[in-house]
Amino acid sequence: MAETTRSSALDAPDAPREADFPRDSLVAHFGIDKPLKLDAGVELSPYQIAYKTYGALNADRSNAVLVCHALTGDQHVANLHPVTKKAGWWETLVGPGRPIDTERYFVICPNVMGACMGTTGPSSTNPATGKPWGLEFPVITIRDMVRAQAMLLDHLGIEQLFSVAGGSMGGMQVLQWAASYPNRVFSALPIACATRHSAQNIAFHEVGRQAIMADPEWRGGRYHLEGSNPRRGLAVARMGAHITYLSDAALHRKFGRKFQDRDNPTFSFDADFEVESYLRHQGISFVERFDANSYLYLTRAMDYFDLAADAGGVLANAFKGTPTRFCVISFTSDWLFPTSESRAIVHALNASSARVSFAEIVTDKGHDAFLLDEPELFAIVGGFLDGAGKARGLAATSFAAKS
Amino acid sequence: MSSLNLANIARTPTGARIDLVMVAEMVERGVKVLDVGCGDGELLRLLSESRGVDGRGIELSREGVNECVAKGLAVIQGDADTDLADYPDDAFDYVILSQTLQATRHPRVVLEHMLRIGRRAIVSFPNFGHWQVRMQLLFAGHMPRTDILPYSWYDTPNIHHCTIKDFRQLCTEVGVRLEKAVALNAWGSPLRLNAPWWFWNLFGEQAVFLLSRKG
Repeated sequence: MAETTRSSALDAPDAPREADFPRDSLVAHFGIDKPLKLDAGVELSPYQIAYKTYGALNADRSNAVLVCHALTGDQHVANLHPVTKKAGWWETLVGPGRPIDTERYFVICPNVMGACMGTTGPSSTNPATGKPWGLEFPVITIRDMVRAQAMLLDHLGIEQLFSVAGGSMGGMQVLQWAASYPNRVFSALPIACATRHSAQNIAFHEVGRQAIMADPEWRGGRYHLEGSNPRRGLAVARMGAHITYLSDAALHRKFGRKFQDRDNPTFSFDADFEVESYLRHQGISFVERFDANSYLYLTRAMDYFDLAADAGGVLANAFKGTPTRFCVISFTSDWLFPTSESRAIVHALNASSARVSFAEIVTDKGHDAFLLDEPELFAIVGGFLDGAGKARGLAATSFAAKS
Repeated sequence: MSSLNLANIARTPTGARIDLVMVAEMVERGVKVLDVGCGDGELLRLLSESRGVDGRGIELSREGVNECVAKGLAVIQGDADTDLADYPDDAFDYVILSQTLQATRHPRVVLEHMLRIGRRAIVSFPNFGHWQVRMQLLFAGHMPRTDILPYSWYDTPNIHHCTIKDFRQLCTEVGVRLEKAVALNAWGSPLRLNAPWWFWNLFGEQAVFLLSRKG
């Protein structure tokens, strides 16, 4: 299929979509003989996982690092994004000579179940109807995402991961990996996350979902079939969520009360303030690369996440006897996943006598800090992986020597 | 701030802190150790290199923690006074409190937790019964400041100083067994083992105690 005929995930129903034919990605297909058993009680098959890899798998197959992306991330962790043409979302952390050193580790980043960049989700074609799934797609959980990733590893012939790393929703997957497959995870880096979604966070997600569903273009989730697109609803959802990723201090530092391209207020509802203009831009650029129904499904997956509930109400039981070494990281100004949530993880891991490190990094950049240029984050991630690498018998690197 | 001025603490010719070497010599090989107040991780590293232990640390200062984690050590940010309660019984073979006892709010509670979490505990602290300390109070009439305890009384992390005699008394009250003790003079040399306790209390600048549960 020629590149020119492709379009974004959001266009007309007949055009080949990123959701079915992801650009610049590897795709693993799982047939009806390998159904994905979902927490919702149904089996999904066939399905596909789009993923990227960087670096080379060593002869022992012991240097694989799984990177789990956040709510609006994707598999393009360290390469030019095929839709936005922007740098990979974690290029500061993943790459040659970076803390997750692709000269040393074999990095795998899959697009999660329910997303819209090539792994099966609501905008993918339902093989039973030949049309996009829409709301017919079953509800996905974090555990389902991880189960699918485990099947991808089986497909790649990787028994044990050297490390699993991720922030926010990616961090939830990291914790789920350690809980579901303790023997397949040598080390784990859950960053800026929690073992359960708080009531406040569920509430924020619900506002975003209602914004999408209130858009008449949403058409009960059938917009792909009806040739519409709930752009405004999705943009508003993104604008609201984006505020929760920042901090009051960061917004003030960046924008203050400055006017946008004008000296005085217009006494209208134009985007007078820079912060308004910035948020509108965030909303508009987001809809170019993201599917509204995927946003519903992935926020739902985060809402349902509760590791303690899965372990009989006692979080420590989720990690009982775990052999995994953990490095938990939080940020001082993150109010979406505050340090207290990371402390709860550490508390549970200590109660299980797990080998755990925990660092809180001082920054005013809020939840988004895990994606930004934070030298202390790089030093901690690099140092932790170096130490784990020594214990795992991986050849000495690079990052500690360079830093 | 660090509880002691580490620039003035006695070191071996190779640069290792003598008090830490004394602690390390009390630890069996290959055991599981929790270092409470691990600072920049010097003791954890020494234990891992010289005794092959599986070491974990708790440190109050964020800078210390981040430095330790970046070195690959398993250290968490936490407070000895509040966070030891979270650890299950018998989780470690040894729990070490190195030069931190005098900076805790509840030394007795901390000591009790240490011997609940670990089979054995090692405690090292600056001896406030040292003759230099006594002389300053007696003749100069001000709160003592020494090479390793340089802080003014109004701005110090060290809020619960004790003497070797005081600490022995605490051990009796808590009901722990004293397995071994070492006192170091100001040059870092161990005092004679058969010297009487009053001698240690007067000439020991630092003390290291190895304790275990009774019964």
